[in-house]
Amino acid sequence: MDTEKKENLLSISASPHIRTGEDTRSIMLDVLIALLPALVVAAWMFGLRAILNTVLSVLGCLFFEWGYRKLLKKPDSTGDLSAAVTGVLLAYTLPVSIPWWILLIGDAFAIILVKQLFGGIGKNFMNPALAARAFLFSWPVAMTRWVAPLSYRSFFNPNLADAVTTATPLASLKGGALPQGLTLLQDFLGQVGGSMGEVSAFALLLGGCYLLVRRIISPRIPLAFLGTVAVLTFLFPQGNPRLGWMLWQLCSGGVMLGAIFMATDYTTSPVNPTAQIVFGVGCGALTVFIRYFGSYAEGVSYAILIMNAAVWLLDKAFPRKRFGEAKTKKEAA
Amino acid sequence: MRHSFFGGIHPDDGKRLAAASPITPLAAPDQVVIPMSMHIGAACTPTVKKGDEVLLGQVIGRSEKAVSAVIHASVSGTVAAVEPRLHPNGQTVMSVVIDNDHLDRMDESVRSHSEEVEKDPDCLLELIKENGIVGMGGATFPAHVKISSALGKVDTFIINAAECEPYITSDHRTLLEHPEEVLAGIRYVRKLLKLPKAVLAVEGNKQDAIAVLRDKLKGTSDIELLVCRVRYPQGAEKQLIQTVTGRQVPPGGLPADVKCIVMNAFTCYTICRMVRTGLPSVERVVTVSGPGIANPSNFLCRVGTPVKVLVEAAGGFLGEADKLIMGGPMMGSAIFSQEVPILKGTNGVLAFHSEQNRAKEFPACIRCGRCVAACPMHLQPLYIYACERKGDVPGLKKLNATDCIECGSCAYSCPGRLQLVQSLRNAKALIKKSS
Repeated sequence: MDTEKKENLLSISASPHIRTGEDTRSIMLDVLIALLPALVVAAWMFGLRAILNTVLSVLGCLFFEWGYRKLLKKPDSTGDLSAAVTGVLLAYTLPVSIPWWILLIGDAFAIILVKQLFGGIGKNFMNPALAARAFLFSWPVAMTRWVAPLSYRSFFNPNLADAVTTATPLASLKGGALPQGLTLLQDFLGQVGGSMGEVSAFALLLGGCYLLVRRIISPRIPLAFLGTVAVLTFLFPQGNPRLGWMLWQLCSGGVMLGAIFMATDYTTSPVNPTAQIVFGVGCGALTVFIRYFGSYAEGVSYAILIMNAAVWLLDKAFPRKRFGEAKTKKEAA
Repeated sequence: MRHSFFGGIHPDDGKRLAAASPITPLAAPDQVVIPMSMHIGAACTPTVKKGDEVLLGQVIGRSEKAVSAVIHASVSGTVAAVEPRLHPNGQTVMSVVIDNDHLDRMDESVRSHSEEVEKDPDCLLELIKENGIVGMGGATFPAHVKISSALGKVDTFIINAAECEPYITSDHRTLLEHPEEVLAGIRYVRKLLKLPKAVLAVEGNKQDAIAVLRDKLKGTSDIELLVCRVRYPQGAEKQLIQTVTGRQVPPGGLPADVKCIVMNAFTCYTICRMVRTGLPSVERVVTVSGPGIANPSNFLCRVGTPVKVLVEAAGGFLGEADKLIMGGPMMGSAIFSQEVPILKGTNGVLAFHSEQNRAKEFPACIRCGRCVAACPMHLQPLYIYACERKGDVPGLKKLNATDCIECGSCAYSCPGRLQLVQSLRNAKALIKKSS
């Protein structure tokens, strides 16, 4: 279709004849690199198990993507690494003590049901990792068992069955009080209980900066998301002091992971600049809404999933202004 | 930098390959093939037949239609054939083939018009028409049609020397080596348009030419030199107007709708040469470059010279050339035969290796939005692509697919390697067919 050899073996194709070196694979590789700092902190806090979970989840996702497309005789797409990104993200949103078979069920759900059944990369309307996480709440006990940070006896012991557990900062925020016995700095750096990849706001921000510098994501969605959470929690604090409440809300739970890595997922976010801002604001507002009024302490994943469903609508509602339509009259040299 | 346009891309401009190579006059080939369609508008009818003697500068084709451009012999000699020949657009087009006698005997019409134009600037319009001058930046719109439709309606005369297409350096070298002629050509047209001032827009990557022009323009105020930011497609007509004036040409409109006229710098150079020597549009500067060319060069060659001659003059191919392009890599068209001739609007012949062709067997949109961010016409190429695939014409109309200028910024930046320009062309064709 693209290139057809003719006569003296010169290729013919439509213009343009040069293309950027950046492709889907290189973008996904950059996302994986940006996710590394969070893995380092997770390993530090929870031991080798954090790395094993991530590797298993990546292999699981790649396997299901490869297997599904093999079975349906579609071209292999594991090379674009998008399945690997889903694998890492899913592992990050789960407690480190999650049984391996639940993790693999999540991988299968994310790749086969959420992504491939809709046509593969670029076609799914929900974030695969988040949809799978929501599905995995079918095992509520395993999904809410929070291993205390730095509680492992040996870094290399992946068995966390009898590890000390702890409450997450979100749980106490839900109760309307700032967490006791923890500093905001510990929360920011990641020395708290929670899903293994979301504990360190610092590591996630570091990855976010990398993505911004590499121009993989635009700051619109993360800033709108985080900004909305910040404004709403500052204006309507449920605990004292106001500023501390806001910062704890921002640095706890999945807000950073969600705002930087989940809400910016290309396939499930709008492409038009204004729509992206509305999308980010929507994610932030729903997160706070669910955290304040829902029965569950965390709202990020559901907020993003709900906004995912509105992406197509947002892109339609906030298109770019047509070239030459508005500006022509008022302009004079 | 003042007003600018939205979007665009920053490809490696590759101009270093040929930017330092001076314009070398190329000996006229033994035979030239001159197609009767080298411009936008009606094709010409040959006015000579096989066996006729022709002189350099003699009219060999013209059309009675309003939008067309007269065609002249670029060498003197004998008409070897009047028959359809392969055109760079891939089709066969009626052409006049002339065997060169290498004497360059001039037609009597080739004489200086300086005095007439000096006395009566308005007679320039007829001269431009009779000498077959077209937009030489690649669009090849007949210059006399453009000027006469703009007369009295415009307040800004912009000269496009942005040359934003990567690798192409023909305008750059012309500005550098013939600044006086370019500026004189601009002044002729400026007087014809009865405007006090003209704006010469150059992209900032031609610093040596900018310095020369600054020097030449010292003490004058009728030509403003505007150095533009290096960004593709700075030289696209609508985007350049936006950069210079801040105005946006309305959808489906013309530059005259926002009181602007844009002419390419090389067109102005050709007009100056025509006024001074009487030589019609029979020569042009062509950049032969790209990673697949041994000695990237700039040649002054006759219209109708086969591409093969230029490639050979530039030392032939370097390595195994995979693609030969006429024009720039962003908007030029791939040609499959080296026999096709250089046209009035051909500013470059580029050769690329297969590594530069980063096409994928299975393109897939990942909705990254880079096409939306790159489109200088504020379109949403990914949605147009989706509608085109479904043949959804109402959807395409809603997405303003006809606004596309085919600059290629979307396809260049697409990490999923979608053939977006191809899809947009098809989208426009679908809309046209339905109406």
